[in-house]
Order: sequence, then C-alpha cells, then structure tokens
Amino acid sequence: MSRAVEESNRRLLRARDAMDRTYAQPLDVPTLSRIVHVSEAHFIRSFRAAFGETPHRYLQRRRVERAMFLLRETDRSVTEICLDVGFFSLGTFSRTFSDIVGESPTAYRKRADTKAVPTCFTMTWTRPSSFGEAGAAGRRLSSRPC
Amino acid sequence: MLNAISLSQIYVLDQDEALDFYVGKLGLEVKTDMDLGFMRWLTVAVPGEPGREILLEVPGPPAMDEVTAEQVRELVTKGATGGWIGFTTDDCQKTYETLLARGVESTQAPVEQVYGIDCGLRDPFGNAIRIVQPTTDPDSSA
Repeated sequence: MSRAVEESNRRLLRARDAMDRTYAQPLDVPTLSRIVHVSEAHFIRSFRAAFGETPHRYLQRRRVERAMFLLRETDRSVTEICLDVGFFSLGTFSRTFSDIVGESPTAYRKRADTKAVPTCFTMTWTRPSSFGEAGAAGRRLSSRPC
Repeated sequence: MLNAISLSQIYVLDQDEALDFYVGKLGLEVKTDMDLGFMRWLTVAVPGEPGREILLEVPGPPAMDEVTAEQVRELVTKGATGGWIGFTTDDCQKTYETLLARGVESTQAPVEQVYGIDCGLRDPFGNAIRIVQPTTDPDSSA
C-alpha cells in the first residue's frame, strides 16, 4: 500500500518537475498524465491530493511566477512576456495574472522592486500562493545562490 | 568555535539505488560503507573533497516508527522533505548534458543567474540537486 503511494508520488513529482522545467511549452493535461501513466481524471485527482491544487493551477502559478520575474528583471513588453512564459493569448495571461497576483502585469511591474534571487528558491517561495496567504509574492528577498 | 560542516544527511529510500545514483551517475565516491549492525552507515563525498560527507540514510525503525517512516517516505517522494544538495562545477552546461545522458531527471536546464550558471536535477527518490558554476567575478559574488 505505502509503496504504491510512494511510486505514485514520485511520478506526480516527475509531472510537476516537467511543468517547472518546460512551463513555456504548450503543456496540457493529456501530456502530463502520460508522464504519470494514469488517466487524465485520475491524474488531476491524485495531483490535487498530493500537492493541494490541480495541475492546471500549478502550471498557471509557475508561469505567473516566471512572468513576475521577467516583469521585474527585464524590459520586455507584457505581450512578449506573456508568450515567453507559455500563454498564447494576452487576454488569458492578463486575466490569470490579475486573478493570482491581485493586480495587472503593468501595475505589478510599476510596483515591484528588482531583487536577485536564485531560481529554485524564488520559484518555490515567490510563487503566488494557492493556499490563501496572498502577499508573499511581494516579500523582499535577498540574493543567494541555490 | 566551529571549523567546518563535515557531515550532513539526506533520506533515501534504498541505499543500493542511492549508490547507483550518487556514485554511478553523479560521480561521488563512497567515503564510508559500514554495517553497524543496527544500520548501514553509508556516506559519499565529492572526489577531492573528503572533508564533507553526506549520509544516505533510510528512514525506518528503530530510529522512527514504521508509520512515521511511511510519512517520511511519502514526503521524500513528493519532494517535500527538504532533502537538497548544492554542488559547484566548472562547467554547468557540460555537466548537465553528461548527467542527462546518464538518465538523470532534470528540473531546470542551465540558466544564467547573477551568481553564475545553475541547473536543477532530481534524485531517484525525490530529493533536489542543484549544480552551480559560480561566476568568476569576485565582485559579483552573491
């Protein structure tokens, strides 16, 4: 029983890593569920049980986190950043970004300070939360390798 | 007061599989592999850096009860125990390609950062591995 859980977790982590690694590519649930070797419905259900949110939401937050980084650290336009992080429509990007961050990409860019933080910790700690503690994304960070 | 970090630990689910990975793929060397009777004391180190060992420990009784060990194993496989090792390298891109060719799972391809070039990998159990090629400019050290 427990071994089955471990194997399932590890495969789900593999799918989550794929989202972290290739967020800019057109990932979808069928592609990800093939990594886990289960049906799409089972994938979504078990991912949510393991990580507390749907794979779709996780991928959205990964993309929005990268967009926040690019808005802070680069001069690329909002449209370019939208495409850079894997969205195909500016409307969907802006709506998703605002929904998760609480302000538009342009407003965020105006407000955000530039901070140099290593990616693996920025990735996990500045990612806008699904779990209710909004505001963590704007927290100040210092520069450390990771 | 303290001189160095000499020993740290990560949880692995199987020590032989851990050896395949950390020695066979990552190129670490076994520092100690000793049957203490109550546990197999298995440490690895970067070749040429014998002063810093990593203990590859299997969670289980009697160190912890079976239910707790089960929870630890579940967390390890979710990547949530905090098991995490950072290495440095002279050539991040080349190391990354070599390790991928050996079948190591990637979490992030090499990216240029202010502190250097780094990439992310995953061990077979769920622990995270980070490899950094530090920037050579001493003024820009993070």
